[in-house]
Amino acid sequence: MYNLAANFRLAACRHHGNARTRSDMARLEWLQRQIEGIKEEHVIENRYVIALVEHSAAVRLQSWFRGCQVRARLRLLHRKATIIQKVWRGFRARNQFRQMVKVSLLFRPNKIFLLIQRRWRGYYVRKYIHNYYALKRYLEGLTIKNEQVRKDLEEFAELQRREMERLAREREGQRKCLQAQRLHFLLSTEQCPGVFNSPYRDFPHEMELRLRSIKPLLAKNAPLRRDSGGSPACSLPPVPSKKPQGPFRDPAEVLQQRYRPLEPTLRVATSITALEEAREELRREEWRSRVIDDIFQPFSNAHKNRKYERTLHGTSSYEQVDYGTKYFREENKEKRQGEKPFKTVFTTDHVFDKFGQFYSSAGKIV
Amino acid sequence: TRLSSLSTIATRCAPSYFFEQYQKSRMQFVQTVAELASRPQNIETLQNAGVMSLLRPLLLDVVPTIQQTAALALGRLASYNDDLAEAVVKGEILPQLVYSLAEQNRFYKKAAAFVLRAVAKHSPQLAQAVVDCGALDALVVSLEDFDPGVKEAAAWALDYIACHNGELSQAVVDAGAVPLLVLCIQEPELAVKRIAASALNDIAKHSPELAQTVVDAGAIAHLAQMILNPDAKLKRQVFSALSQISKHSVDLAEMVVEAEVFPAVLTSLKDPDEHVRKNATTLIREIAKHTPELSQMIVNAGGVAAVIDYLGDSRGNVRLSGIMMLGYVAAHSENLAMAVIVSKGVPQLAICLAEETEDHIRSATAWALGQIGRHSPEHARAVAMANVLPRLLAFYMDAQSSDDLQAKAKKALKSILQKCTYVPALEPLLHEAPSNILKHVICQFSKVLLHDSKARRLFVTSGGLKKVQEIKAEPGSLLQEYINSINNCFPEEIVRYYSPGYSETLLEQLEKYQPI
Repeated sequence: MYNLAANFRLAACRHHGNARTRSDMARLEWLQRQIEGIKEEHVIENRYVIALVEHSAAVRLQSWFRGCQVRARLRLLHRKATIIQKVWRGFRARNQFRQMVKVSLLFRPNKIFLLIQRRWRGYYVRKYIHNYYALKRYLEGLTIKNEQVRKDLEEFAELQRREMERLAREREGQRKCLQAQRLHFLLSTEQCPGVFNSPYRDFPHEMELRLRSIKPLLAKNAPLRRDSGGSPACSLPPVPSKKPQGPFRDPAEVLQQRYRPLEPTLRVATSITALEEAREELRREEWRSRVIDDIFQPFSNAHKNRKYERTLHGTSSYEQVDYGTKYFREENKEKRQGEKPFKTVFTTDHVFDKFGQFYSSAGKIV
Repeated sequence: TRLSSLSTIATRCAPSYFFEQYQKSRMQFVQTVAELASRPQNIETLQNAGVMSLLRPLLLDVVPTIQQTAALALGRLASYNDDLAEAVVKGEILPQLVYSLAEQNRFYKKAAAFVLRAVAKHSPQLAQAVVDCGALDALVVSLEDFDPGVKEAAAWALDYIACHNGELSQAVVDAGAVPLLVLCIQEPELAVKRIAASALNDIAKHSPELAQTVVDAGAIAHLAQMILNPDAKLKRQVFSALSQISKHSVDLAEMVVEAEVFPAVLTSLKDPDEHVRKNATTLIREIAKHTPELSQMIVNAGGVAAVIDYLGDSRGNVRLSGIMMLGYVAAHSENLAMAVIVSKGVPQLAICLAEETEDHIRSATAWALGQIGRHSPEHARAVAMANVLPRLLAFYMDAQSSDDLQAKAKKALKSILQKCTYVPALEPLLHEAPSNILKHVICQFSKVLLHDSKARRLFVTSGGLKKVQEIKAEPGSLLQEYINSINNCFPEEIVRYYSPGYSETLLEQLEKYQPI
């Protein structure tokens, strides 16, 4: 066997080299033929040892498998026993329970069912028929609300009353003030005590004090009495109906002059925003009467009617893309890092140098 | 001077002078008549002098001032009494006025509208005559005029036409007046607002359809806005209009409520003006009477407390609507009646019952108390504790009270007594009541005495048992049954002791007795 391995190694080393000789090949074949025989010799020599090893391996495998089988069976049996015990115990326990219930009902006066019925009836009545406590709470709330409303109304009435009293007092004060202003001439002087400052009084009348404190009223500023009923703009003297004797004008003429209507010039009569108003008017008229919204193009510009349509790249609903306006090439600068820049100028092509430079039409053919 | 005298002679002889004189005298005449007609004592003399026929041609005068003053004078005469108004109608002045209502200037329009209103206010026939001469269209056109005085006069005339009955209101509505009146309400002038509100009030009061027409023109929102206006007369009209609208049906009342009139109405219950308060209470009553939900809403807003305070502050006829409101609220359900009791309504109603002397207010109070007390023993107890039952009995028994008061008092007594278990209140009735009321009293006693031993003792000691024995009832009647059931509550000796003629029976026994 070891010779065999050495021989094989030798053969492999030899094989590695490039030179292959015929004798080596023959030797290799002979060696390969020998392998089968050596194997048989080995088995025949060690047959007892080999048998023992195989036997013990087989036993081991079989014992493991048998163990699995037995365990599975035991598990099954275990489960079935549990089920039987479970059923039996439940049966026993229920019988005992029934017995217990019978015993308890016989001896104790049981009011549990009454309790349940009581609770149920109370709940049902309160929820669906009539809730006494809700009504009670509502009435309490109502009392509070009524108190509040009453208080608010009292306050409001008080406020109103005070307001009216204040107004009345103010009006009274104003009236007295006006009266004092009208009667200012009754003020008492050094020589002559006034009506309200009689020497027999202990202290002057309140009217006297008022007269002392106010300024006299001028005739033109006096508020008119209600019963006079004169016209409000009476600052001009009245025009008599008949022409009085003397160098006076005819009353008709005077009235004409007094009530002559205003004749403003056109400049005065036009409002300062007349222009804007006129424009606005025109705009409104236009808006109202214009039916067609397209602007009418004169016939000479008929070909210019078409509107320029931008490309899809150029028009975007979110933002104006610069492509198409700012630049026309797609440039990806990162990709072209290492490359040479784009050449904008080519080498010239001299084909068309002579174009149009010959006088004869024949020379134009280049 | 000679020249001047010549000129005066010349002017005096010229024809224009005479025309001027004539015009002046016409003017003077018509102004004097107008002034005299403003005082009632002169009108008789004017009528006897035949002023109508004299004024009629002046209506067609050349000078506008004379026309206007003549119309004014006619209006004043016609407004005084209905004979003169009829004379105006018979004199066929109205068509002329209606024609010129369309044509002339605003002073004449005002005067013409004044005449129409003066004629229409007296009776439905006169108003119909005004309508027949085509005044409605002209008046409706004047409602669109710029001058607020013309609007006011036209609205006033329409108001007086519409206030009589439903057909005339329908005619006014058909002329298209309602939207214009709603526009008039929005005007800044107070007088126009007042008159427009009053006109809507008179239109809406006759029937539900008319009220619906007024509501459809969008009046409720504007009327509700004007509740907060400080002017008292305007508020009167506004509340009156809203109550006339809401009285007809539940939907209209709900629409008024939706316009958020509560709680502004409650503050108006403290207004200084009496009529504003009265109309506000009327509005609350008209809303409360329809459904329990509306009454519940009013109660929740504190309306019951406000109305009870109002009853405390006011006296006389104005209390009526407040009392009726409480009655309506309590009539809907027992929870609402309990709410009225809790808000201290019963003592206030008892005070009203005691203080008021008018029969219709008393009968309304009796009705309201009956509505409160009829629901359950608690309610009846609350009513009985306010010492109301003897008073009700007194009203029922009084021969001088009206039939209505007697009937309502009896009904209220019956309904309260059927639920009353409050013994101290039942006792005085036992002694005084007539037999048909006594029946109920005895019935209640029989129910109470069965269970309550203290009540039985009190019954005996207060002399109630004695009284019961004295009652004569037909055997087999309900009264007899009740008396028997009462007698069964007591031991026989006591019953016999108190029966009438017991002393005689004892004496008879004594006579028959032979001592051993």
